[in-house]
Amino acid sequence: MLYAILCYHDEDVVMSWSKAEDEAVLAKRKLVQKDFVERGKMGPAIRLVPTTGATTIRASGNEQLVLDGPFAETKEQLLGFYLVDCENLDEVIDFAKRMKEGESCTFEIRPVQIFEEGVLPQKVKVAS
Amino acid sequence: MNDMAWIETALTGARPQAMGALLRYFRDLDRAEEAFQEACLRAMRTWPVKGPPRDPAAWLIFVGRNAALDSVRRDSRNTALPEDSAISELGDAEADMAERLDDSHYRDDILRLMFICCHPDLPATQQVALALRIVSGLSVREIASAFLVNEKAMEQRITRAKRRVSEANVAFGAPGAAERAERLAAVAAMIYLIFNEGYSASGGEVHVREPLCNEAIRLARLLLRLFPAEPEVMGLLALMLLQHARTPARIDGNGDIVLLEEQDRSQWNRDMITEGLALVDKAMRHRKPGIYQVQAAIAALHARAAKPEDTDWQEINLLYQMLERLQPSPVIRLNRAVALFKTQGPEAALLLIEPLEERLSNYFYFHGVRGALLMELGREREARTAFDKAISLARTPAEAAHIRQQIDRLISDAKPRAKSA
Repeated sequence: MLYAILCYHDEDVVMSWSKAEDEAVLAKRKLVQKDFVERGKMGPAIRLVPTTGATTIRASGNEQLVLDGPFAETKEQLLGFYLVDCENLDEVIDFAKRMKEGESCTFEIRPVQIFEEGVLPQKVKVAS
Repeated sequence: MNDMAWIETALTGARPQAMGALLRYFRDLDRAEEAFQEACLRAMRTWPVKGPPRDPAAWLIFVGRNAALDSVRRDSRNTALPEDSAISELGDAEADMAERLDDSHYRDDILRLMFICCHPDLPATQQVALALRIVSGLSVREIASAFLVNEKAMEQRITRAKRRVSEANVAFGAPGAAERAERLAAVAAMIYLIFNEGYSASGGEVHVREPLCNEAIRLARLLLRLFPAEPEVMGLLALMLLQHARTPARIDGNGDIVLLEEQDRSQWNRDMITEGLALVDKAMRHRKPGIYQVQAAIAALHARAAKPEDTDWQEINLLYQMLERLQPSPVIRLNRAVALFKTQGPEAALLLIEPLEERLSNYFYFHGVRGALLMELGREREARTAFDKAISLARTPAEAAHIRQQIDRLISDAKPRAKSA
């Protein structure tokens, strides 16, 4: 079974960390990851850019509205995510709109940075 | 993170909103500041015991307002009121807060608080000092050391600025759309001033004062959260991130300036670049170009070039032309000259900047660029004169050293066989 570990924290608090504090946290985690890396169990780690870089697409009647800013409701739950490689925001928005056509779900688009490649990609297969 | 560190972060984070609301109540900067200080003191006593409140800003507003009202009453009646015993119950006060502030409400509070600091009567340095004191909450000592002046001088500067502001009669009602847009533009300019004060220090030994850059970025991020659909605010944040990303490569081990072309690009901060590029991209979708967006787009072209020779100078030249249309300025034309030099050679670039001489005769960078172009054209004697002029106008030792380097190169080019390097 593949698992995603989703990281939550207060953006302001994390951004107020000094470089040393930030590095200390990452170094501590890295130590734990080492064993998973050696055993081929570690997938990629992804860092999202701060929420000010987010764009949200939500359904309003038959229309898909594109809004600046992150998804802010708490009624819905995070159910999954796609990772796509696009030239620019226009291309992602176009793709996302077509995907959610006729659906009432909300998509939040966040630029990401591959933080660690991990050792998993070769092993990822959709379970049949 | 220990208790006190957590509380400090929470207080800094809540400050603009709390100060903004307190200013709306009291319409007086000093009184609002006192109220906020008092609320912070009580927070430091109460929060470690009772735990942090769910909404620190609302807590601070409520406690600060009551404390200030108490002190007003005390002063007027000259009788003692119960101090802590009555107030210590306020830990849960936020639950039945009389006035829950919704987003749009505190948005205007914060904007007003920032706007008050950038009154057009205030000279740039006073705007920056006042904003750092009032919005960011830096101590006078911290601001004084950022400006490299003594504490007393900074205290006076801030007091003078406050007096000016209190005479200015800023409107306290909710602003209309046009007024809001005007305030937003003034605040954006003020934030960029803070950034530039840090990025290109205007005096003293240090060339980059990182805390000022970081603070400007923090304020721009706050502004963008309040106005998430404003492309110019996206542009401002992007511009500062893309410029600040280069900081680790801008000064070498000796404290000398390293030109963009010669910087070790692997030292650039990738996180900031990723975020900056994403914001430029996001802003462009609005098709409402503005000065920060165009400058950010220029910075983005540099950030995208893995090697200096990959830089799209053609596009940069076009963007500078666009910037000149938005904001005609000899400094922008001077910057465009560099792009023109890259695409059409030194002759064309020199022709572009010669007419600027009169207006930019006291500008260090003008003589630096002119010297470099003359050097390219082989007009060494004139180049030397321009560089000498630049040195005499340099504001920091790093700037002067940088020009001296160019002169050294000029000399070694002139007699290439004098010394084998």
